[in-house]
Amino acid sequence: MELLGYGQSSVDLNATFMALADPTRRAILARLASGAASVTELAEPFAMTQPAISKHLKVLERAGLISHGRDAQRRPRRLEAQPLAEAAGWLENYRQHWEAAFQRLDALLEELKESEKKKKRRRK
Amino acid sequence: MSTATLTITTPSDRELALIRVFDAPRKLVFDCFTKPELLKRWGLGPRDWNLTECEVDLRVGGKWLFVMTKTDGQKMVMFGVYREIAAPERIVQTERFETPWYPGEGLNTTVLLEEGGKTTMTITCLYDSKEIRDSVLKSGMEGGASVSYDRLAELLPAFAAEAVPA
Repeated sequence: MELLGYGQSSVDLNATFMALADPTRRAILARLASGAASVTELAEPFAMTQPAISKHLKVLERAGLISHGRDAQRRPRRLEAQPLAEAAGWLENYRQHWEAAFQRLDALLEELKESEKKKKRRRK
Repeated sequence: MSTATLTITTPSDRELALIRVFDAPRKLVFDCFTKPELLKRWGLGPRDWNLTECEVDLRVGGKWLFVMTKTDGQKMVMFGVYREIAAPERIVQTERFETPWYPGEGLNTTVLLEEGGKTTMTITCLYDSKEIRDSVLKSGMEGGASVSYDRLAELLPAFAAEAVPA
């Protein structure tokens, strides 16, 4: 049965989702999607201190979502795409699975709306 | 992206939420979620599965039972009890499988809100643990395929959409 098949994953989905649950951390990931950046650069767009940003970066790093470069001064953070791709993959497949049923519901609702209109017309 | 597309979110570590807009008054959407003859028409199930038996005792404490049958004859039985019913706005029901593919019981809360003739549906599914929530999410995955990095670039703005600072 398809539904019984638990996928095999190298990624700790809990850690990924926990890291993604915070809007600041999602914004940091969105920023890193366009290229590596230092802590200072990452702190800039947020009204947050560098230590506060560093805390978020630690959570993201523990979840394997980002890594840092060797440059001792800047230690630029960069996006690690694999865990995010897997988490997004789970979500996307789950979404598509339900979307198929809801598209059938769309069609049924159209039909019901039509028959209600006809009923009203007949009453007039 | 059209407004009719399903959005999945994880409101807490034990929950999943499905949000979707339907171009119909909520009375009709509510009927489609609670009347067996209508439920059978759209199924609730994945591809190749049809809702072949459907019993709904729509009252608090009343039971519901769905039998889904795959094109190759496999059957899957799910059932539960209605905990709250406030037609046409809200349904709270428990969910269990005859052959459990996740431990314990799920609790599904369906909320239908109507605005301008359109209905926004939010189904929040609460599980006993986050491990169960994750395995339910993973169940939608067929064959262990993972999305490509290109796909990731498309998906990331969706994750971050509500969070990007101005």
